[in-house]
Amino acid sequence: MKYLKTRFQWIRWAVHIGALLPLVVLIVDALSNHLTFNPIQAATQRTGDTAIILLGLSLACSPISTYLNWKDAVRLRRTLGLYTFIYAAIHLWLFVGADYGYQFNYIVPEFLQKYYLWVGLPAFIILLALAATSFRGAMRWLGKRWKRLHRLIYLGAILAMLHLALVIKGDALRLSGDAWKPLLAGIIIGTLLILRVPRLRRALLSLRHKPVAPAAVQLASPPAESTLVKN
Amino acid sequence: MSTNWKPDKIRSSDITPEAVYLNRRQFMKGAAVFAAGAVLAACAPQIAPQAPTPLPAEVGAMAGQKDELGDPLTVYAAVTGYNNYYEFTQSKEGVAGLAHDFKTRPWTVAVGGLVNKPHTYDIDELIKRFPVQERIYRLRCVEGWSMVIPWRGFPLKQLLAEVEPTNAAKYVRFQTILDPQQMPGQSDPSFPWPYTEGLRMDEAQNDLTLLTTGVYGQDLLPQNGAPIRIVTPWKYGFKSVKAIVKIDLVADQPSTLWPLTAPDEYGFYANVNPNVPHPRWSQSTERRIGDADRRPTLLFNGYADQVASMYAGMDLHANF
Ligand code: HEM
Repeated sequence: MKYLKTRFQWIRWAVHIGALLPLVVLIVDALSNHLTFNPIQAATQRTGDTAIILLGLSLACSPISTYLNWKDAVRLRRTLGLYTFIYAAIHLWLFVGADYGYQFNYIVPEFLQKYYLWVGLPAFIILLALAATSFRGAMRWLGKRWKRLHRLIYLGAILAMLHLALVIKGDALRLSGDAWKPLLAGIIIGTLLILRVPRLRRALLSLRHKPVAPAAVQLASPPAESTLVKN
Repeated sequence: MSTNWKPDKIRSSDITPEAVYLNRRQFMKGAAVFAAGAVLAACAPQIAPQAPTPLPAEVGAMAGQKDELGDPLTVYAAVTGYNNYYEFTQSKEGVAGLAHDFKTRPWTVAVGGLVNKPHTYDIDELIKRFPVQERIYRLRCVEGWSMVIPWRGFPLKQLLAEVEPTNAAKYVRFQTILDPQQMPGQSDPSFPWPYTEGLRMDEAQNDLTLLTTGVYGQDLLPQNGAPIRIVTPWKYGFKSVKAIVKIDLVADQPSTLWPLTAPDEYGFYANVNPNVPHPRWSQSTERRIGDADRRPTLLFNGYADQVASMYAGMDLHANF
């Protein structure tokens, strides 16, 4: 996959455009009267869906770099993570500002009452904390703690999945109703999280190296090991 | 562009043709969605408004009508273009298109069960059987949105009287047609098709319970449940079962689709009640389709005078 490296700038641009496109489409639809007769609900659903897709993509970066050996993938992780936060922030604003008009006498009971918000709010706070510390200055300031802090994304992803499972119409646990979205998200994000379990990762990577001649394995192993440590 | 834009300032349905008025309101709402402000608002005038589709004459004749609380009818385009009808699709805006060619003739409604005079009615016979009435009802969806809709039909109690329920009859069970050929959503195995709904005998005999055959002055459209449906305006919309082929009088409380699908969320009674929360949507407030702001939800959707006595002494939290 070496050729991708030289085209990395193109890919970065494609990521920016791809991540902004849903927002542009949303704004155009909103202004041109194409956002259903219940535009706030439609916008809330679209921004939520976009956020969880971007979250999945940002979680895919590290497994792609380890398993597919495309090291540059991790360089897209921060961008994707920041866009996840941006959509989640719009999603939250749509709820608090557009839907409830900042009427906290209505909003507070909702947050106290609804399980999907008990998990959605911490998920958002995690995204906010990670976005706020995603810059070089914060990285330097936090030092070793930065990495520990950013591991919270695993928790954030699980909470966001729970939010989705609780917010659909039906019963996701019993797979009745509109269960396909949380099911799909659960399978994809669950796989991406499981692929990080160190023992599984070592096992899978050694499997990949098996067919190669013994001499080549010895050469290939050290760099593979170091990726493990780095990511 | 701010979110506290007040719809009443430009509520001008009386002087503006409805389709034009709808577009403008929709635009205002859309813009309110994004407080991105002047930049975005500046782009808006360049987007050409959609050509207004001509409305049926009966619809125009209803312009300016209000419900008894003083709220205007929800625009025709929303009533006929924003429908929860999972038999066709879960996309509310997709229903009208998919239901367009739905065959409502020939059609029969079999009324039976615990009755002395079971009878299978041909739909045209049934529609003409009782004098029809126009009723303007609020519709409150469990998802937290609402409409005001002019229906046409006759009280269910008239039909029930004709078939003579026996003393053993305690509930009425309704069933929607099962026809996956015409209703693609019925191929979705996550729901226990066909749609069934039910009412307690006194609820079924309440004068508000309307066996409905028309909307907005015309025959019911397929997306609104043609050829015949129930409307119970004090209950969440999912109780108002559509495209009915079977009505049975039964002794026990029937199992119905939504409580079967998610028993913790949807109860048999499903009375509109701002004090009984739902795990997802706010039941204390609602958005009237076309409004920018939420409004408080009324107990029994504002029909407490006519229905509250049926539930006297009942725990409405346990019997949600
Ligand atoms: C405090 C924070 C949050 C609030 C108040 C919130 C609010 C909501 C609401 C009200 C809905 C339901 C819309 C409807 O169907 O009527 C929803 C759905 C959703 N939310 Fe959130 N949310 C929050 C955080 C998040 C986060 C952090 C994510 C993901 C990263 C997320 C992803 C989703 C998804 C995927 C849906 C489903 C949309 C669909 O039905 O297609 N939400 N959220």
